[in-house]
Amino acid sequence: MPEQIAMREAFGQTLVALGKRVPDLVVLDADVAPSTRAVLFAQAFPERFFQVGIAEQNMIGMAAGLSTLGFIPFTSTFACFAKRDLDQIRITVAQPKNNVKVTGHYSGLLAGKTGKTHLSIQDLAIMRTMPNMTVIAPADGVEVEKAMEAMVAVHGPAYLRLARDPSPVIFDASYRFEIGRAVTLRDGSDVALISTGIQTPRAVEAAGLLQAEGINALVLHVPTLKPLDVDAIVAAAERTGLVVTAEEHSILGGLGGAVAEVLSEHRPTPMARVGVRDVYAESAPNDALLEKYGVTARHVAQAARSHLAKWRR
Amino acid sequence: MAEMEEMLTVAEIQEVADRLRRRTLDMVWRAQAGHPGGSFSLAEILACLYFRVLRIDPSRPDWPDRDRFVLSKGHAAPIYYATLAERGYFPPEALDTYDELNSILQGHPDMHTPGVDMSSGSLGQGLSPGIGMALGARLRGKEFRVYVVLGDGEIQEGQVWEAAMAASAYRLDNLVAIVDWNKIQLSDFIEKAMPVDPLPDKWRAFGWHVRECDGHDVAAILHALEELRQVRGRPTVLLAHTVKGKGVSFMENNPAWHAKAPNEQEYLQARTELAVRR
Ligand SMILES: Cc1ncc(C[n+]2csc(CCOP(=O)(O)OP(=O)(O)O)c2C)c(N)n1
Repeated sequence: MPEQIAMREAFGQTLVALGKRVPDLVVLDADVAPSTRAVLFAQAFPERFFQVGIAEQNMIGMAAGLSTLGFIPFTSTFACFAKRDLDQIRITVAQPKNNVKVTGHYSGLLAGKTGKTHLSIQDLAIMRTMPNMTVIAPADGVEVEKAMEAMVAVHGPAYLRLARDPSPVIFDASYRFEIGRAVTLRDGSDVALISTGIQTPRAVEAAGLLQAEGINALVLHVPTLKPLDVDAIVAAAERTGLVVTAEEHSILGGLGGAVAEVLSEHRPTPMARVGVRDVYAESAPNDALLEKYGVTARHVAQAARSHLAKWRR
Repeated sequence: MAEMEEMLTVAEIQEVADRLRRRTLDMVWRAQAGHPGGSFSLAEILACLYFRVLRIDPSRPDWPDRDRFVLSKGHAAPIYYATLAERGYFPPEALDTYDELNSILQGHPDMHTPGVDMSSGSLGQGLSPGIGMALGARLRGKEFRVYVVLGDGEIQEGQVWEAAMAASAYRLDNLVAIVDWNKIQLSDFIEKAMPVDPLPDKWRAFGWHVRECDGHDVAAILHALEELRQVRGRPTVLLAHTVKGKGVSFMENNPAWHAKAPNEQEYLQARTELAVRR
């Protein structure tokens, strides 16, 4: 079993590490800091931590105001509630290009036993349609850290998608993250598995399952949904001629949507999308949810098999 | 240079306010768009702020120590732009481009315009960035003050009260809200659409120091804002009693003139009325 880290732990620890180096970094929290682990920053830098209460809209506006003085605010709430303040993000963050880093925790299905109110399967689609917004969905705890460093280094609005529960670590400390760059994790010529966020370790696992059957899958990890690495996506499609996208998110408008947009314009390629199929999920343990809503490694492998059967054999 | 070379008298500030109304009328007439009613109710308030109260330097719109201003009721953009031009942030000719393609003057305030400290236009949002700025001043050890102008209809938005709660929790005595209390919103009189009374009690209950004044009396506004400067440990709010459409008889106190552009006859009559102050 590979090492497991919860993205939120990486988030809290990286906030503290960055806080030491970057005196302008501030954190605003809407009463979820113990859960998002922003509490680690609150303990280390109480004077740069602002508890705003259960008031996400006000939190975004306050962050926007702080950013105009050169501060770099991170806002902390759950991904499902980071949509409650979308209009505030639009008006006071994205339109004026203010340097606010919005983080959406407990995203996807890995917030099991909370139910459909708390499962966020649309955040990538929604954030991606905001002009000026950078959208990042890291694959593991290591990439969370690297992505946060990159977000701080670049001025401008950004959204970071994070998961609650421990998940496999696939990168090591030498990994170099770059905003807007996708990474090929595995070469292959039969089919390209293009994935993002916490789904990427499952795509890698799926490639292993396919390998055992003699199917050579390329795995392209796309941590930055926006700006999108168009060249890498087109290259993966060119190399394999068949594409399967995979994400712990709705199949509408997220990575699957983005890849379909790119390929239909640049290199029409048969595609299959693995993700939540336009339904709200429910309360259950994580594994049961991943299984029922069809986003396990096995589901990715099966989608690739059917895709190959449909177009090749 | 922070202060204006010489302080304008009360009468001179009133003249500025009169000029702002005339400029606003011309802008709305030319663009055949914009919000005259809620612009006219703000003329004296903006003239007082920009020609006496705010420590600003139009030649350096990004001066870090400047007082901050947020027009939360962003639809009053025409008179805001007229004020910024009058104060020298950009040439008055730019006002002729208001709402035109590629203009620096957007239909609602945009931070890319010189002098605009925060974008607005979706109501209810401006107090929150004001809090961020006031907290930022504290963190940076700066003395500047933050002024936020809100509409009385606008404060029906829940975010305003999230912000009101936070501002007093953080004891932001460098933050001043001014409510343009003209008793009218878009669709109707506030009393009929969704009452916000008792306004002073509401703000007091949220921990603010409350002051009322006649929002068309320059001396009264200046006096009230000076008084609020002395308050320590709490944010302050000026509830300014105003008349929507103030200065043009047929617009005054008439919800129909919220966002209406005049026709030629109305324009000429309004111009005549605004030429002589009543
Ligand atoms: C969130 C939001 N909802 C609706 C509008 C449309 N709108 C523009 S002005 C206005 C009425 C504002 O009333 P008030 O704050 O009293 O301003 P005033 O009467 O002084 O113009 C409305 C509803 C908006 N700009 N933003």
